[in-house]
Amino acid sequence: MAVRGVLRPGFVQLRVLELEPALKHYRDIIGLDEVGREADGRVYLKAYDEFDRHSVVLRQADRAGMDVMGFKVSSDADLDEFEKRITSLGTEVEHIAAGEQPGVGRRIRFTAPSGHTFDLYAEMELSGDGPMTENPDVWRDPPRGMKPIRFDHCLLYGGDVDGTVKIFCDALDFNVSEKVVSPEDGSDVAIFVTCSNKAHDLALVRHEEDDKFHHCSFLLEDWKDIGNAADIMTRYDVSVDIGPTRHGITRGRTIYFWDPSGNRNEVFAGGYSHYPDNPQRVWSAENIGKAIFYYERSLNETFLPVVT
Amino acid sequence: MAAAQYEIRVMGAAGRFACAHDERVLIAMERAGLATVPVGCRGGGCGICKVEVLNGDYRCGPMSRVHVSAAEEAAGAALACKVFPESDLLLRALGKCFKRSRSKEEGARNHGC
Repeated sequence: MAVRGVLRPGFVQLRVLELEPALKHYRDIIGLDEVGREADGRVYLKAYDEFDRHSVVLRQADRAGMDVMGFKVSSDADLDEFEKRITSLGTEVEHIAAGEQPGVGRRIRFTAPSGHTFDLYAEMELSGDGPMTENPDVWRDPPRGMKPIRFDHCLLYGGDVDGTVKIFCDALDFNVSEKVVSPEDGSDVAIFVTCSNKAHDLALVRHEEDDKFHHCSFLLEDWKDIGNAADIMTRYDVSVDIGPTRHGITRGRTIYFWDPSGNRNEVFAGGYSHYPDNPQRVWSAENIGKAIFYYERSLNETFLPVVT
Repeated sequence: MAAAQYEIRVMGAAGRFACAHDERVLIAMERAGLATVPVGCRGGGCGICKVEVLNGDYRCGPMSRVHVSAAEEAAGAALACKVFPESDLLLRALGKCFKRSRSKEEGARNHGC
């Protein structure tokens, strides 16, 4: 498989209630680098091992949650092709002009049936501070904080998750790697989709309200770095949801925690490699405890109801 | 000088706890080992710890307007994770219940649901 078409989750734009505590969290505690701050107040950040200009955008607002998740595609022509395919499924596509986010080319935008806003774009400026490419060292400067490698994926909650998955699979060529199925009616309770070799690039959980944000996740190198992240969370009194633990689904090692506005973050490491010919992994909902938190083997109180 | 301590009570729930002037009510409750208000994100974003302040003075940090509108805030609603007491407080829990964690009767008694 060659990865083409949709390449990866590229950025997430989050709403925060207060900018400075959010910046302290994402920059100083997680360890993302601040890229810039624009006149409209939005702050742009990136992880040390990402080539592109930014991957996290913070916008101050009177409610928490996610504005938009952006996926990078391999060419400008892909944008036209994906627009046709999304439109043919009955979902409208909007155009966002180049430069609406600094360094980012034109974007196409759609609101998925689960209420979430997604952008596709082909161009983003390379960071001047990205990974080295000539006789490259493992990093330019030692990674800070929790040492996040990249923004990796989101888990989103909404009503018509089937409709959203249909767009990602039928129009954007994602595959369902894993899912949780209700034993009563066979409906999908949670669906994990990938456009790459990763176990998931996006996850969706059925929920009574649309357009809800469960978490955005940052990749760490290994289990030892998960432990380092846990030490940092205690040292700086970060609001922790659960972990360190492991997911049965994707097999990733994980900690869930919250930013100062209540948006959930994850740091995770590991997980299996996915290939498009792999059979789908299916969990029955009565095993959802082990599927989500493999060591605890039961859901905690906050996994299902606490979203922004 | 240590910050003033106030006593926080939740309607219908056993247990009262102390909360300092510069401490958030929900965090003080957790520290006291109580679960009289459900705990969510602790950041004013998710709405799980919504309460009505029935009695007492307090100030609030920023809370998501999805969960507490300006009118509700003026009428005494707040998210306990963003409430700093300025006197003893009497609260009533308004947020969603966690079905898994408590019996129905206890849930009804604690949270009116």
